[in-house]
Amino acid sequence: MINTDICIIGAGPVGLFAVFEAGLLKMRCHLIDVLPQVGGQLSEIYPHKPIYDIPGYPSITAQELIDNQLEQIKPFAPTFTLGERVEQIEKQDDGSFIIATSDETKVHAQVIVIAGGLGCFEPRKPEIQNLHLFEGKGVDYMVKDPAKYADKRIVIAGGGDSALDWTYHLADIAQQVTLIHRSDSFRGAPDSAEKVFKLAQQGKINLLLSHNLSNIHGNGTLTSVETINKDKETIAVEADYFIPLYGLTPKLGPIAGWGLNIDKNAIEVNTFDYSTNVERIYAIGDINTYPGKLKLILCGYHEAALMCQSAFKFVYPDQKLTFKYTTVNGINTF
Amino acid sequence: MEDNLIQVTVVDRDGSENTIEIPTDINLSLMEILKASAYDILATCGGMALCATCHVEVLEGLDNLPEASDQELDMLDTLPDADRQSRLACQLHLHNNNNGMKIKLKGSLQ
Repeated sequence: MINTDICIIGAGPVGLFAVFEAGLLKMRCHLIDVLPQVGGQLSEIYPHKPIYDIPGYPSITAQELIDNQLEQIKPFAPTFTLGERVEQIEKQDDGSFIIATSDETKVHAQVIVIAGGLGCFEPRKPEIQNLHLFEGKGVDYMVKDPAKYADKRIVIAGGGDSALDWTYHLADIAQQVTLIHRSDSFRGAPDSAEKVFKLAQQGKINLLLSHNLSNIHGNGTLTSVETINKDKETIAVEADYFIPLYGLTPKLGPIAGWGLNIDKNAIEVNTFDYSTNVERIYAIGDINTYPGKLKLILCGYHEAALMCQSAFKFVYPDQKLTFKYTTVNGINTF
Repeated sequence: MEDNLIQVTVVDRDGSENTIEIPTDINLSLMEILKASAYDILATCGGMALCATCHVEVLEGLDNLPEASDQELDMLDTLPDADRQSRLACQLHLHNNNNGMKIKLKGSLQ
């Protein structure tokens, strides 16, 4: 078990800055992020985009900002668990928490700080009744191991890059591949689309354009996928596997089940200290909401500073907090 | 039509229709305007074409809109309920020639 003072969920710019503010108050931090690297959306989605509203930097690229922040928190030696999603938290008798991840890493912390940004990116699911009944029993939302589909009948749905690419790759592996797309064209990925059209012309895949998913059938495991075309005709495609590939969408994930007050996918906080309705749990950055909330990195930094002043009492209940400037005291490393 | 003020009809998810007036000389996306007009839109990603919760179907006036960027098209292609009339409101900045446009809200509320 990892022992720390503050467990920060989310290693984006705001989570990283919380390490600095906590460090000034001699509180140690452990960060957990579902992504395999630190930096959150800045590193994952727009590392090379310039940001113009960081005080002191007329312009800085997203990745540079993250690199600088890592340098800034080095003296406080934060520890990291990356590529794992926090699944559960368990309150202990003394008020502290044990946090468990998807890979069963356990962290014991006095305080939890949720700095989860947009949340976790999860597969977007089509609206088909009973879809959930077949999850793991023929319905997969991502292709992890292509070999699994060898000599199977596969139905893929979607019109984005990943639907096209997997149709192309699995055409060689599977016994039969059917691609279902709602529209009659693929607007975003002309190159991949051309490859798929070619396969369809050669009879190597079954391409159903202008088709809407309507139902799935099976008894225990999946047997067929049903679609309706624009002439309102229903077609059933026999299938061993159905892979809807509709991209990823940011979701709160397991956090939604922790008893926190939530409004429109964001966690409600008290702006006095960015605490949630659950004692010892704070939420900072894009994931929180309050009247006047602005989703700006610099607002998240401010929230991190105030949060630490409040969290101090749970980490050092017997000490009085005195406010100090770094220009006066420097940075007291651990 | 007054200068730099256009009318857009919005069909809500329950089918109710309202016409709103939108100034075209402010630097706001259609998503931001819809939110400001108290329409229920999550806009989780804040306008970066990442979450598609501001997905709208353009019922009238589609041809007067600027073409979608690759990033917007990529996102639209992945949606289970998008079609040729679909756009992401966060990527749309309206101009005077968009007067009379009609849109339907389709973005997910979860």
